[in-house]
Amino acid sequence: MTDQAVQSEVGRARPRKEDARLITGQTNWTDNISVNGLLHLAILRSPMAHARIERVDVSPALERPGVVAAFSGRDLDGLGSLPCAWPVTEDIVLPDHPPIAVDEVRYAGDPVAVVVARDRYAAADALEAIEVDYEPLPPVLDLEAALAEGSPLVHSDKGTNRSYVWPLKTGEDFDSVRRRAEVTVKRRYVHQRLIPNAMEPRAVVVTPLAASGEYTLYSATQIPHILRIMLAVVTGIPEHKLRVIAPDVGGGFGSKLQVYGEEAIALAVARRIGRPVKWTESRSEGYLATHHGRGMIQDVEVAAMRDGRLLGLKVDLLTDMGAYLMLVTPGIPILGAFMYPAIYKMDSYDFTCTGVFTTRTPTDAYRGAGRPEATYAIERIMDELAAEVGLDPVELRRRNWIGHEEFPYTTIAGLTYDSGNYEAATGKALALFEYDKLRAEQADRTARGDSVRLGIGVSTYTEMCGLAPSRVLRDLRYAAGGWEAATIRMLPTGKVEVVTGTSPHGQGHVTSWSQIAADVLGVPFEDVEVVHGDTKAAPQGMDTYGSRSLVVGGAAVHHAAQKVVAKARKIAAHLLEASEQDLDFADGVFSVKGSPEARKTIQEVAFETFTSHDLPDGMEPTINAEHLVDPDNFSYPHGTHLCAVEVDTETGQTKIRSYVCVDDVGRVVNPMIVEGQVHGGLAQGIAQALFEEAVYDDEGNLVTGTMADYLVPSAADLPEFVTERTETPATSNPLGVKGVGEAGTIASTPAVVNAIVDALRPLGVHDVRMPCTPERVWRAVREARS
Amino acid sequence: MTRISVKVDGTTYQDEVEPRLLLIHYLRDRLGLTGTPIGCDTSNCGACTVDLDGVSVKSCSVLAVQADGGEVTTVQGLARDGEWTELQKAFHEKHGLQCGYCTPGMLMAARDLLRENPHPSSDEVRHALEGNLCRCTGYQNIVRAVLAASGQEVTA
Repeated sequence: MTDQAVQSEVGRARPRKEDARLITGQTNWTDNISVNGLLHLAILRSPMAHARIERVDVSPALERPGVVAAFSGRDLDGLGSLPCAWPVTEDIVLPDHPPIAVDEVRYAGDPVAVVVARDRYAAADALEAIEVDYEPLPPVLDLEAALAEGSPLVHSDKGTNRSYVWPLKTGEDFDSVRRRAEVTVKRRYVHQRLIPNAMEPRAVVVTPLAASGEYTLYSATQIPHILRIMLAVVTGIPEHKLRVIAPDVGGGFGSKLQVYGEEAIALAVARRIGRPVKWTESRSEGYLATHHGRGMIQDVEVAAMRDGRLLGLKVDLLTDMGAYLMLVTPGIPILGAFMYPAIYKMDSYDFTCTGVFTTRTPTDAYRGAGRPEATYAIERIMDELAAEVGLDPVELRRRNWIGHEEFPYTTIAGLTYDSGNYEAATGKALALFEYDKLRAEQADRTARGDSVRLGIGVSTYTEMCGLAPSRVLRDLRYAAGGWEAATIRMLPTGKVEVVTGTSPHGQGHVTSWSQIAADVLGVPFEDVEVVHGDTKAAPQGMDTYGSRSLVVGGAAVHHAAQKVVAKARKIAAHLLEASEQDLDFADGVFSVKGSPEARKTIQEVAFETFTSHDLPDGMEPTINAEHLVDPDNFSYPHGTHLCAVEVDTETGQTKIRSYVCVDDVGRVVNPMIVEGQVHGGLAQGIAQALFEEAVYDDEGNLVTGTMADYLVPSAADLPEFVTERTETPATSNPLGVKGVGEAGTIASTPAVVNAIVDALRPLGVHDVRMPCTPERVWRAVREARS
Repeated sequence: MTRISVKVDGTTYQDEVEPRLLLIHYLRDRLGLTGTPIGCDTSNCGACTVDLDGVSVKSCSVLAVQADGGEVTTVQGLARDGEWTELQKAFHEKHGLQCGYCTPGMLMAARDLLRENPHPSSDEVRHALEGNLCRCTGYQNIVRAVLAASGQEVTA
């Protein structure tokens, strides 16, 4: 993309302001924080998936050198339950979730006891001295068996492992469209559990001011504002006495969108002993203690006509909640519920989701959160339908998608897509990919019986992000709003502070928000600073998740800056002795129409409010402004991803030969940042398709319990991506922008698996279970041949 | 306790350390050099990569006592008088970092690569950085940055 508007900041590939500290090591990760008298907290975790706690004796730990305190769950049982803010149905089974187990452990990794010591080595050593007696209980691991009569129960007092059933049926009855369909295709797809793996492990530091009952909690979190509210409830520390700071945060991908037991434990312990404490998870500990993503069985059926026209879609989900419902656990698959119909028109949609408890680490948001699952199911089964009716998969999509002239379009799931152009994105992607040439090569290889087959995978996705408006979230039983706040402070020297309620952890908000504010205010990019991630300095916000920050928070910055200009205009008019209507405002300068020499910069006006010597009568001496945005719709980015994979049918080895994506994320504030978001998204989506899986054994132990066992891809495992864009502006925000954080992850997984299956389809293969490891591909080929 | 003497980023430190103390914990907890982070406990992620006597090492797999008499360079010792190295500049200009947590290790590993192979191919960069994991960037801009730092033309 070329940078057309040289003077405009928005649209410019600005290298980031954030980088200077990060590339020189002048960082402020939570684990870097040190204060006088800081103690280290370590947590003893259950080695069993399910057991009754018969006895915990922490006293031997207290004998160890350097140990200051030790607590069992019972010692800390003044803590409330960890919150679930998304009870998706009225009758949801919502068990208590003690931050530290008291009577029963329900997953391997459930906290059992805590040690506080002078350094991290002493704390780790002392854990070994704690005595715990467990009475083993049967693990609950299989989603279908868990729902069967007589299954062992994760929460025996609840009488069931079923947490909820959430249906959505719209349009014509599915049985009726099935009867008039000429073709039906039914498939089962499985989403393995994934471990988010933000590079910065989680960490918490609490510094208490015991005398006044004030606490500062630093956490590697995406959600300092929500966390403050929730921890106030869980710990009983009054909200106004609790300050939460998200310092530098090293990635999140949903895993730091959580209210974690360790945060509550650290607060409770610091309060109890009146001294500052730090807890930092090791990576392996995090694999047990930090929530997982995905974990779902999908039964999907499409009904269509011979010409490929879709009639209806039926989706039946079993989703693995893990042992407890955490902050938004039950809502994750519901975020997907509206996305299965994707970009297609149809007459009937029948969706049911059942949430199931298991004795595993709880699941919750992981990049895409419900939407990758939905996109995977529809895009995989569209390929199966294409094969069934003998159409090219791109052609099948073309026959069913919403035409660009049909926007705004209300889908069968009830969403109104504000804008999009699937034809344009697909056309551009096909050309870049050289689709026809690759299809010819594929046919040639198949004809020759080449043992290395070529497969082509298509994924034409859309997604919903930037959750809003708040009243729709109410209807979904989501406990928070969808708004975001921004304040602009015009400092006396003309510098600008943008205070945002978003909480970046790698997304570059400081740079992008500076660009947005600089454009509206007409001040230099360098004169803007962005304040975030501290409930004292940026007191109001809804934080960063779900690709919401730019579309909601960025829009709030834009509006707040416009308010600043409107206030400054009144003062400028007064100073220039002109009427407001007679003032032009461009590039930060107010000038009188017809006499351009009569001028005041907005930065000069800021100083005038500081002295306040000559303001209009009745004018407050400030041009600072605040704005809260509650958008009237979600944001719907879309795009077309194409993947070519070479599959060695003799070894099962797969190699991505080319990956082309054309995404439409509306207008773009910083193309360099947007491209980076797409790259990273692609990597995580491809990782689900090919590499990653949290594997449990029959006892409920996490087998892939370290980074040596869980395959996070390296540079050598991933291809070069070709990324391009089309630009169809969103109509739901003044910037015309759409979310981009999750798009790559949502789109790429089915593109890769479609390509692998496409390569093997002539051999009779219809599916390969993710991750498509060489062994699984090889087995699929062997089974098809036998 | 064992007495060690280590030169880190140009300053010589003498300390009594437990023999089991990892170099990364010595750097972070004893010297307060927190620019080098810890990303795992199995030597897989490479976030803690530093230079020890001219070779890049994962400082979570080296004991502080093994660095006795040695010279360590961390990410905090790369810039000279505020002037960034070519690699640091390239990571900035090519957007080779997002959250930045892997960046210190990436910079140190890439520095090691360019010392041995001043003009690597894109594939060679990818393989040389295999021991350093990044979750944000998909690696593409990291590869671009390393190629750019080596003086090679990089598109986009």
